[in-house]
Amino acid sequence: MSVKPDSSVASYPEDDGLQSFVKRRHRQGLTWRIVFQAATIVAILALLALLYNIIIGSFGYVALQNKIEPESLHVDGMPLEELSKEQLVIILSEHISKGLMRRLEHDQPFTERTRQDVYNLVIERVVEQRVVKSWSLTVSFFKRDEIETFMAGLPQGKLEFRSWLHWNFLITPQSSTPELAGIRTAIFGTLWVIFITVAVAFPLGVGAAIYLEEYAAHVGNPWLRRLNAIIQTNINNLAGVPSIIYGMLGLVIFVRVMEPLTSGAFLGAVEDATTANGRTILSAGLTLAILILPLIIINAQEAIRAVPNSLRQAGMGLGATKWQTIWHHVLPNAIPGILTGNILAMSRAIGETAPLVVIGASTFITVDPNGPFSKFTTLPIQIYQWTARPQDEFRNIAAAAIIVLLVLLLTLNASAVLLRNRYGKKSL
Amino acid sequence: MNYTNGKYVFDIQNLNCYYGSFRAVKDTDLSIESKKITAFIGPSGCGKSTVLRTFNRMNDLIPSARVTGEVLFHGQNLYDPDVDPVEVRRRIGMVFQKPNPFPKSIYENVAWGARINGFKGNMDELVEQSLRQAALWDEVKDKLDQSGLGLSGGQQQRLCIARTIAPRPEVILMDEPCSALDPIATLKIEDLMRQLVKNYTIIIVTHNMQQAARVSDYTAYFLMDRDDRAGLLIEYGVTNEIFTKPKDQRTEDYITGRFG
Ligand SMILES: Nc1ncnc2c1ncn2[C@@H]1O[C@H](COP(=O)(O)OP(=O)(O)O)[C@@H](O)[C@H]1O
Ligand SMILES: [Mg+2]
Repeated sequence: MSVKPDSSVASYPEDDGLQSFVKRRHRQGLTWRIVFQAATIVAILALLALLYNIIIGSFGYVALQNKIEPESLHVDGMPLEELSKEQLVIILSEHISKGLMRRLEHDQPFTERTRQDVYNLVIERVVEQRVVKSWSLTVSFFKRDEIETFMAGLPQGKLEFRSWLHWNFLITPQSSTPELAGIRTAIFGTLWVIFITVAVAFPLGVGAAIYLEEYAAHVGNPWLRRLNAIIQTNINNLAGVPSIIYGMLGLVIFVRVMEPLTSGAFLGAVEDATTANGRTILSAGLTLAILILPLIIINAQEAIRAVPNSLRQAGMGLGATKWQTIWHHVLPNAIPGILTGNILAMSRAIGETAPLVVIGASTFITVDPNGPFSKFTTLPIQIYQWTARPQDEFRNIAAAAIIVLLVLLLTLNASAVLLRNRYGKKSL
Repeated sequence: MNYTNGKYVFDIQNLNCYYGSFRAVKDTDLSIESKKITAFIGPSGCGKSTVLRTFNRMNDLIPSARVTGEVLFHGQNLYDPDVDPVEVRRRIGMVFQKPNPFPKSIYENVAWGARINGFKGNMDELVEQSLRQAALWDEVKDKLDQSGLGLSGGQQQRLCIARTIAPRPEVILMDEPCSALDPIATLKIEDLMRQLVKNYTIIIVTHNMQQAARVSDYTAYFLMDRDDRAGLLIEYGVTNEIFTKPKDQRTEDYITGRFG
């Protein structure tokens, strides 16, 4: 081959031409970089808008009005706060019905109640403070005149800055009054359902992934091979099926067909089998497990595939059985990836609403779930129901519940990440 | 062939290897002598690794691979239906092209193979002995609990050799064990092989002819058939003779560098 410069060399840009050519290429690169940055910024803005929306709903001014002003309850000029327990009991009995009085006495005799307890009863039952109107955080800050105009038309009203997210909100069950409603039942419901979902979907999904990755290729029977190929393609498709379809599947299979099992009737353990039927935590957990199964399988398969083949060869070459090789080498190296996939799948399950609505989550429930056969509600369901109510205050507590849901999600994710990092280190 | 005096370990008869419908190796007959180093040389793609993998049935790991003919190990056909490849691989160990220590400690790298094969003796002793035999003990004795991946390439490959000899195999198969190593590490492995051959039968695939000439007692030259692209054995004999007076013109072309 000749090294002499020939005519083709001259057809490259040189000198000034080269300089401007290189510049043009740099400009192109810069343009794309700006496009990508813009895409990132749009995504971040969308997230910020979401957060903003939630936060302004959870805090803000409320206009409060009392049915009976505490001042009118003063005894001998002594304010309510300083009255003795006995005086408070008298006030209570003067203002509420005899029936209610008897019920309260029945719940816990007044002689045994503390003064604080009776005081709370007076505030709740007699003063009966309620929220007339609530404003979002932005309105609270920037539209003060609007609020003041409203308050002017409400001479008995009191303006108060309120965080809808507070401790009592977390530990009280549902109520039809937004100020008294909490999410205790929904938190327990979510935790129970997710526990069952993960406990079912994780072993099933990882097991299927191991089979598909490590064994399916070595199946001799051509029919079985074809079946495996069909399963593999369909798992990928299943991951894209709308979640409401899974809800319908769950309704038919777990709630209806498997009712004796999912209602707990087969154990004879339910006192009142008619209340929950098959619409139990177990049904919900199983439905969500089916929903996230494809996700877990696909992610676990990818993690297993990422384990270098040389490790399998090394293991098998030493006279290990296939299972020993998988257990000692493939899985330990795949487990960080498998757990990451599981975290993603779990996050998806925590936020799911539609399938649970379809299988019949309870709309109003105030007792904590006490096992897999209980009726249940979950945080997303609760939020969904509250946002559908006409009163503004329900939207406020829905926003507060969303914050709780986000925090719960982040906490579970963080603990899963910690778990993953610890496992990941074990294999040196 | 006389097996009673233990002269020959392997005897391949009419071996054909397929990947799916592609025949990678055809009609090969070959005997491997005990406590000797046999080198497989030849251009790449001519089926050296494929033949090597039939000796411990590592071809089984490739779903499309199929083998016909006989691979006799002390007279027992390894491809008999009643032969368990797991058992075969304990007797016939393998070292791979790219050093592939487990992502575990150095100690564990050596001990694992012994443990899964049911070793009952003193593990510390076995690990030390295996590392000594692999000429690695002095370099790692103070850091047995550190990851095998922290070693240099040459050390990793010797760790793999230590790992392979821990279950006390009879044969060690090596598939281009030095192709990822620098010349000094390569020489160390070659020295090591001359030591190991006192106790083990070694079969090595190499594309480095000088290496074959330096370390091996016997050399087998493979070449791809022009017509059907199947590899076949061209010439097999004492290394010295193959390199000084090859009988086949194609062998001579290859070793004198006139190949291709
Ligand atoms: N896993 C495999 N699947 C399909 N074909 C293979 C596989 N491994 C090797 N082959 C083919 O078999 C022939 C021989 O390969 P190999 O034994 O690796 O040759 P060598 O080791 O001499 O370079 C080549 O044509 C190669 O493409
Ligand atoms: Mg090869």
